[in-house]
Amino acid sequence: MDINVCNGECNVMSVIIAVIIFLILAPLVGGLISGADRIITARMQSRVGPPVLQPFYDVLKLFGKQNLVVNKYHGDYVLCFLIFTILSGCIFFGGGNLLLAIFALIVANVFIVLAAYCSNSPYALIGADRELLQMLSAEPMLLLTAVALFQVTGSFNVSEIIKTNRMPFIYLPGVFIALTYILTIKLRKSPFDLSTSHHGHQELVKGLTTEFAGPSLAYFEIAHWYETVFMLGLVYLFFANVPILGVLVVIGVYFIEILIDNVNARFKWELMLKSAWLATLILGVGNLFLLYILSF
Amino acid sequence: MGFFKKSPWVLHYDGSSCNGCDIEVLAALMPKYDIERFGIINTGNPKHADVFLITGSVNSQNIDVIKNLYEQMGEPKVVVAVGACACTGHFFAECYNTLGGIDKVIPVDVYAPGCAARPEVIIDAVVKGLAVLEEKKKNKQK
Amino acid sequence: MDWVTFLILFPLIPAVLLLFTKKNYEAQKWIVLISSILIIIGSIGLAVEQIGHTGGFRYISSHFTNNLVMLGDVIVALVFLYICRSLPLKKYWIPLMVVIQYGLVLYYDFAGKMPEMNRYIFLDNLAVIMALVIGIVGCLIAVYTVGYMKKYHEHHHEIPDRSHLFIATVFLFFFAMYGLVFSNSITWIYFFWEITTLCSFIMISYSKTEEAMNNAFRAVWMLLIGGLAFAMGIIYAANVCNTIDLQLLLASKKSLVLVPILFLCFAGMNKAAQYPFGGWLLGAMVAPTPSSALLHSSTMVKAGVYLVLRCSPILQDTDAGAIIALIGGLSFLAGSALAISQRNAKKVLAYSTIANLGLIILCAGIGTPFTLSAALLLIIFHAVAKALMFISVGSVDNATGSQDIEDMYGLCYNMHRMGIIMIIGISGMFLAPFGMLISKMAVIQALALRNPIFPPIVIFGGSLMLFFWTKWMGYLIAITDKKPVEYHKDIGIEWIGLWGLAGLTIISVVFYPYIGKLWIVPMYGECPLFSEGVQLTILLMLVMMILPPLTIVARRRNVVFTKPYLAGVNVEEKGEYLGSLGASRSWSFRNYYIEKYFSEKKLLNATILSSLILWILMFVMENVMS
Ligand code: SF4
Repeated sequence: MDINVCNGECNVMSVIIAVIIFLILAPLVGGLISGADRIITARMQSRVGPPVLQPFYDVLKLFGKQNLVVNKYHGDYVLCFLIFTILSGCIFFGGGNLLLAIFALIVANVFIVLAAYCSNSPYALIGADRELLQMLSAEPMLLLTAVALFQVTGSFNVSEIIKTNRMPFIYLPGVFIALTYILTIKLRKSPFDLSTSHHGHQELVKGLTTEFAGPSLAYFEIAHWYETVFMLGLVYLFFANVPILGVLVVIGVYFIEILIDNVNARFKWELMLKSAWLATLILGVGNLFLLYILSF
Repeated sequence: MGFFKKSPWVLHYDGSSCNGCDIEVLAALMPKYDIERFGIINTGNPKHADVFLITGSVNSQNIDVIKNLYEQMGEPKVVVAVGACACTGHFFAECYNTLGGIDKVIPVDVYAPGCAARPEVIIDAVVKGLAVLEEKKKNKQK
Repeated sequence: MDWVTFLILFPLIPAVLLLFTKKNYEAQKWIVLISSILIIIGSIGLAVEQIGHTGGFRYISSHFTNNLVMLGDVIVALVFLYICRSLPLKKYWIPLMVVIQYGLVLYYDFAGKMPEMNRYIFLDNLAVIMALVIGIVGCLIAVYTVGYMKKYHEHHHEIPDRSHLFIATVFLFFFAMYGLVFSNSITWIYFFWEITTLCSFIMISYSKTEEAMNNAFRAVWMLLIGGLAFAMGIIYAANVCNTIDLQLLLASKKSLVLVPILFLCFAGMNKAAQYPFGGWLLGAMVAPTPSSALLHSSTMVKAGVYLVLRCSPILQDTDAGAIIALIGGLSFLAGSALAISQRNAKKVLAYSTIANLGLIILCAGIGTPFTLSAALLLIIFHAVAKALMFISVGSVDNATGSQDIEDMYGLCYNMHRMGIIMIIGISGMFLAPFGMLISKMAVIQALALRNPIFPPIVIFGGSLMLFFWTKWMGYLIAITDKKPVEYHKDIGIEWIGLWGLAGLTIISVVFYPYIGKLWIVPMYGECPLFSEGVQLTILLMLVMMILPPLTIVARRRNVVFTKPYLAGVNVEEKGEYLGSLGASRSWSFRNYYIEKYFSEKKLLNATILSSLILWILMFVMENVMS
């Protein structure tokens, strides 16, 4: 999204302002996106769907619920998940190092996996393992995106990437497509909702999140909003020099994600891993190769 | 705060229903009735749910399960008995292993009668349950 | 006497003293403690002395020292032949290799064909950092070893107690390592080089079981291949380049000295267990755990990468360098992938060592200042975290009698402190903001410039690593329903090593920019990694890492404890559910090992084959070109 206000000289003040704006706006934007998502999904299934503010109602309700835990530690890991997700977003929208932002996101992800591992529930454990597989599938492409953007714009710093006067997308169409493929995994959408299934009444129950109740689940949801905004921000970077186009593309990409979500059944993990790595290798790395050859 | 009214998440458990009521519950989720309009989601996980929707009666097989699921739901929570079976045991009440309505095991807040209970009734029942939910929340805060 | 001489020669004193402490645990303890402290002081003293300097030679003009080294060569050769006496006749080629390489080197030595030189000692910041790693990490392991060996023999009565010999070998190792990093003459390096091989043989064969002997000899013959390459490098350098002064070689024209340097790199990568020679490091697991800790972290394999790093100025911008980087990358990928399919903790660690060393080699092969800085950081962080991991696995093994990761389910619950230490170690290996990840980030940044091959290798390998470390960590922090098992917690002096290394893992994150500024920047120049911004973010993350322990300490209100969801059929008995027919069954969970894709059967041969092809390709290419 276009919250990354780090143009002009990127001094400490503007970074702090950007971070504060991010902290406040991101959950709002993320929640609204999620609400719109639910409406559009409902419309695609010829239903009416909930109000657009439904995700906020859900989260606020969850805060009112009893905090059920299976042991005294597992709620804390969820909190860490939230904190590190926010941190990764702050690094990103504060114009910091893209790699560092992604690594912070990975740390956040590790925490959510640990939360599931420590819950001692078979469903959560399966979810944890699958989340790990999702990370294994998606992480390479995320990092590769950072490398690719660096090769085009000459910097790992988001603040400098958005100042570029060429459009990264033109140089990196393959990377862009592969990233949108991976996006489905990161947004936990079908066909890649392996670790936390959309619908509870399945073999997984709720996977990773099965044991989170009340406030813990609310933290998870909020973190997911931040995560969504971060991911879409990453998409935006490909069109950073034309902000309007960037926003349009972000909206378009998210719509496509919803569409994919609605027309697919869940993949098995092998298919996910193979297809994601193939996309990364062929589209992502292939794109870099082309870039390398052509820029001679 | 009134958010329980806006986002009741449902756990649907099939006790020993003939499946008639279950179909009606599902029908309520489908496009025609679309209960997601009210923010209702079928979670399938007691830890996430606010409303315990039971169809069918209690018997000696499922009594422990019902108790267990009820225990695993976080406060505040409501129990909605859907269908005549869940309310009273209906014509299974006399069976050798049937114990009767759900209220034999756990406190039921709303009864949705009918054989099978119509989707409208189910939606009505859940919405009634929301008022109870809010009340419980308030009581707890006191 | 200056620090260098002190560091090289001093470890010999405890090594000799320890030989006379058979079964005298108290004496061992005090000798090790005191000499460890002295060695650590020596290393730090040397490092402080070198702040701001870049490098310099120590001239030794007397022939006496050189003759001593020659004599040492003869002794080492004889010892090699002596240990080969128990080999069956059909393994004649092992002693043959000894004879050939020593024959060549000694012939040149005694026939006076070695070119004259007098700059025998070279000290620069690379050597200083190596000395710090060897001294601090190594000595912490040495202290740990004393306690470990005592317990080891309490559990393994069938093995004769020769722990004094084992610990003496540890100090002999230090002697060899210090000699190796400070020497400038390649014949001297060769002398120390072979001593490390000898030490690893003694350690691996410690238990004298059949498996141990087999693995020890496997290590010896694999390492002797490297030794042979080293000897050939020496001969080539003496004959063609007319010098055996390493710095002189490195300063010569690339095309002239590339061949001997490649021989040295081959030896280095052989010692660093890069494919196709990964096998010996895995076999080394049979030894008592401290030896693995030592071999994998501060000594042995680090000697290998040190040599390649030394040679990297020649490799920079050559095709050979690129291929070496590729082989490193291959080992990185293969090691990380293979580790996924392993259940044995030590095997996982061994594969991850191969992988991480591959990454260092990759950096060295590229050879730009930025990658070299990253490689140095990798060496430091890897040594600390890997040593910590090995010794904690050793202690867990002593306590529970198992090295299987599946048996570590809920370890934090059963052995609190041990679990926490292990978590610190694992975090150090892969999690931001800890060391290895900082370095990996540096590597990616350094490689990213217009290169389509290496960044993906690092990225994919890194993701594979993330997978196996996280699933291990998850196992550690799991909280089971079962009652905590009271493992005997008679860990004594080992705590020094354990907490020392755990502390170092964390402290090194805080202080790495200073290490960078004081020693790395003067050598390799500025590196964006040490910039304020990155440093600040990393510190911020580190502070946030303290949150989980804090929140655990702070008691939470309003939490209600329940049991995990088991589809409504929980049984009162914890961890069980009501199965069909009313019987209660326990559920269990096993991790993913994905043997379908990542098993040794699937990957190992392909890896070895492709690395062989790369090596052959490289040597052929160089010969065609030169
Ligand atoms: S109330 Fe009627 S429809 Fe519903 S479960 Fe009972 S018998 Fe079936």
